[in-house]
Amino acid sequence: MKPEDLLFTKTHEWVHLTTNPTGETIATVGISAFALEALTDLVFIELPPVGRRVEAGGAFGEIESVKAVSDLYSPVNGEVVEVNTAVADRLDRIAEDPYGANWLVKIKVAGDVDRSTLLSYDEYQKQCAEESH
Amino acid sequence: MDPKAEGAGSLACCKRASSLTRFSPTFSSQTRMPYIPNTPADQEAMLAAIGVTSIEELFASVPRELRLQGDLNLPPALSELELTAHVAELSGSNVSAAQSVCFLGGGAYDHFIPAVVDFVAARSEFYTAYTPYQPEASQGTLQAIFEYQTLIAQLTGMDVSNASLYDGGSATAEAVLMARSVTDRPGRVVVLQSLHPEYRQIIAAYLANLDAELAVVPTPDGTVQPEALAAAVDDRTACVVVQHPNFFGCLEDVRACARVAHEAGAMFIVVVDPISLGLLVRPADYGADIVVAEGQSLGNPMYFGGPYLGILACREQFVRRMPGRLVGQTVDRRGNRCWVLTFQTREQHIRREKATSNICTNQGLLALRAAVYLAAMGPQGMRSVAELCVQKANYAIQRLTASGVLRRGFDRPVFKEFVVRAVDGEVEKRLESALGAGFLAGVPLGRWYPELADCFLVAVTEKRTKQQIDRLAEVLTTA
Amino acid sequence: MRNQQATQLLFELSRPGRRAVQLPPCDVPTRPIEEWIPAEALAASPPPLPELTEPDIVRHFVNLSTLNMSVDTHFYPLGSCTMKYNPKRNERLASQSGFADVHPYQPETTLQGLLAILHSVQEMLAEIAGLEAVSLQPAAGAQGEMTALLVAAAYFRDRGEHRRTVLIPDAAHGTNPASAAMAGWSTIQVRSTAQGLVDLEDLSRKLSSETAVFMMTNPNTLGLFDGQIAEIARRVHAYGGLVYLDGANMNAILGIARPGDFGADMMHFNPHKTFSGPHGGGGPGAGPIAVTAALAPYLPVPIVVRTDRGGYRLDYDRPKSIGRVRSFFGNTGVLVRTYCYLRTLGPDGARRVAENAVLNANYLLSRLKTFLDIPHGDRCMHEFVASASALKASQGITAMDIAKRLLDFGFHAPTVYFPLIVKEALMIEPTETESKATLDAMAEALERICREPADLLHQAPHSTAISRPDEVRAARTPILKFS
Repeated sequence: MKPEDLLFTKTHEWVHLTTNPTGETIATVGISAFALEALTDLVFIELPPVGRRVEAGGAFGEIESVKAVSDLYSPVNGEVVEVNTAVADRLDRIAEDPYGANWLVKIKVAGDVDRSTLLSYDEYQKQCAEESH
Repeated sequence: MDPKAEGAGSLACCKRASSLTRFSPTFSSQTRMPYIPNTPADQEAMLAAIGVTSIEELFASVPRELRLQGDLNLPPALSELELTAHVAELSGSNVSAAQSVCFLGGGAYDHFIPAVVDFVAARSEFYTAYTPYQPEASQGTLQAIFEYQTLIAQLTGMDVSNASLYDGGSATAEAVLMARSVTDRPGRVVVLQSLHPEYRQIIAAYLANLDAELAVVPTPDGTVQPEALAAAVDDRTACVVVQHPNFFGCLEDVRACARVAHEAGAMFIVVVDPISLGLLVRPADYGADIVVAEGQSLGNPMYFGGPYLGILACREQFVRRMPGRLVGQTVDRRGNRCWVLTFQTREQHIRREKATSNICTNQGLLALRAAVYLAAMGPQGMRSVAELCVQKANYAIQRLTASGVLRRGFDRPVFKEFVVRAVDGEVEKRLESALGAGFLAGVPLGRWYPELADCFLVAVTEKRTKQQIDRLAEVLTTA
Repeated sequence: MRNQQATQLLFELSRPGRRAVQLPPCDVPTRPIEEWIPAEALAASPPPLPELTEPDIVRHFVNLSTLNMSVDTHFYPLGSCTMKYNPKRNERLASQSGFADVHPYQPETTLQGLLAILHSVQEMLAEIAGLEAVSLQPAAGAQGEMTALLVAAAYFRDRGEHRRTVLIPDAAHGTNPASAAMAGWSTIQVRSTAQGLVDLEDLSRKLSSETAVFMMTNPNTLGLFDGQIAEIARRVHAYGGLVYLDGANMNAILGIARPGDFGADMMHFNPHKTFSGPHGGGGPGAGPIAVTAALAPYLPVPIVVRTDRGGYRLDYDRPKSIGRVRSFFGNTGVLVRTYCYLRTLGPDGARRVAENAVLNANYLLSRLKTFLDIPHGDRCMHEFVASASALKASQGITAMDIAKRLLDFGFHAPTVYFPLIVKEALMIEPTETESKATLDAMAEALERICREPADLLHQAPHSTAISRPDEVRAARTPILKFS
């Protein structure tokens, strides 16, 4: 996936929205390349079990480096339908493909996605540029 | 004024001086300040370098109206000679286990401490270092903790031990909090009545503001009936806490308890006496998920209850919910094996309000003592101590109950302590007369168990001799 | 000169059949163990511990000890830890059998000397705090915090008030929010001003009738005394809240100002810091708390009280008490050392501790500010926070590099990366027990380090047994025991 096609949260998660054959909206969620650059030396990730209900803005997991821990926030309301458990075994290489193979969870969206809380790629880049100062 | 009244022998605070000069006149001599190296000349040079003229100026940020008027109302300073005489007198006025014969237990025990334990722990480099934040300057402490963690894992059979907590009681409460988090069942905790009553009190205090229910399952016969336990455990229960040997010294049916807990999806927390593991099945082998223990028995003096050592070990899958420090092995930049604090993201300095616990360090010195003790005892030493405890305790039961004046509280297998019932109910009188004969004979149980007001708890360690036990039986039964 | 054979792990040194402790033969009539203990409760074999002789153990641990820096061997300016000298008289006196060999459940009549000491420690700590009542039970500062917050919860519950939140400045030690969460409170962070003090406006915005406690460290973690404290306390009290004073930094104000006099309702002490208890490689400490008269009924049991006949007893009969937070009385061994220390100091000596701790810190600050940034001003209390940000920006030299390199010069490193509100923080606390000569030597070493090439510093330390352990590896592939 190209980052330009994704939406972002202010808390550095990306989300890709698709519609499955049964008409349900599926949100694929991961961590942005910008955040991964800041979170060097990742050692652990905690992801939710399939079936866990999540809320937009609520934590669905955690990612740890040696001396820091960050919550992972869900961009949407819904239920976790798939978890990319393989990521846990390649944390040292997650930044190599943050928007492809290293997605974290897929969430079956409940209700409508509140797009006002999400940023376009350009908007997100602007936010990152500000944070870097 | 009688100098003695305000001097060495006095504990009373003196009246606060009315003077308003709260700061030392700059450059005054440092009388009676054996630990402050600054001379008046040093102070003068330092103030000049800072660019001020008095020490008081350095405190300018403390608003004048908030400062103490006059001196603290503390007793006057003593020289080392005076202090030594004064404190020795106070020490001498206590009856210690060295001057009497101690049969007291209930979570603190008079076990033998080999000299090598005191020797190692007195090394300044261990004694006056702090928690190992800089691994390059703390490999001694870090390796010793890693060895402690391994020794505790060997002793309990568990996968992982932390670097230690404060004491057995608070370690039990921490284990309960850990189980609530692991199971995601914060609402209910089940303990037995035969769990140390102070430990139960600690759990209750820790849970008081957390919206959790603490259920206590009765143990009227000295141990729990598995059916009674099963009735108390449900699918909201985070954990079952069982002490084995329990507070009364009796062995619980831990396998049955583990089954009850696991069938309900609850964690099984066992509180053990580490000395008993020289002989008893290791907790990992009967299904414990978390093992906690008071580590005082492992080479630490009784010291009126503290400082002690909280042991906590668990199965590997729970390690990220574990409270307390952990030391892990790694390599340095040259490839040398070495040790560091690890999994620190669990801890308060990183995770703040979401930390697994608020504990900051470990009981380093006491963990070191336990490590030296276990290394010195080895497998055979631990087995010998445990066997001596069992043989002597059972001999003591026989002797104490022989005349019929005293009876056993509970007819259950015991490890090193047991409940004695005074048939005439005269617990205080008997213990007092034993004290007169030089025996700290037992702990009365009425304070915690009103129904056992006619009972007391007797502990027999490897230090007690046949002669002492025989004499104890005499003084307790002839009173 | 290092003996690398003796510092192998105990488990590698072990040889079957060795033992260090021989126990006497059993002198009571014995029966087979199976007659006393059911077979299913007995282990098939003893625990698989290592087998060593006494000389194996001594050489191993003595060699291990030499891999540590310690207060007795090195200057240890670890900020917020108050690594002062540990007086040897305290050790000798506290290890007397009349204290060390006393069982916690002995009758009070056999404990009068010890209870007298503990009662006196309660009184002295109340006086130093400027507060009414003291509990000596908590085992460490962190446990003291939690205990006080449980006391606050019991107090509000008793008054029928439903409060939920604890307010904590962003400069606070992580223990404060962790303790608050353990005691069941939700936490709200209060901002600091650019000067490093509590932002009063932010505090006022966040105060409400839901506020139970405002937790504050004063002097704060930047080593600054927040002179707004009386106003802060007034605002918190106006909402019916309580002010908690984290006593971590009492070494700065001992005998100069009392928390109770400047508005605190409760506080904890760290006797292993302020009152010279040895740190033991991480513990034991103690965490006695002092509270106002209104909070006193909720303190843990027991408390030492005087009897009518001039003796002492343990008072368990306190119906509003929160119960207890650890077993038995408390960390008595640490408290006896506190007694010895305070009796050595007396009132005049107590104040001189703070005066010289503050003098030493300001002197070291005045030396360091010529070559390192001190973001929060020219004056401090007992400690200060320098920043390596400028060096990092210009040469990539971090606070950690400087800290590690200091070890090569024979100085323990300062606390680094704390408080969180200062970038590349180096938190330095010299204490009153160091001499001007030592401070000068450390300042010179630091100045030299700041001029050293970055590559040299990135690889530091160079003289220690190990250097730059791989912490990522330790966390990714955990090895938490020998196997």
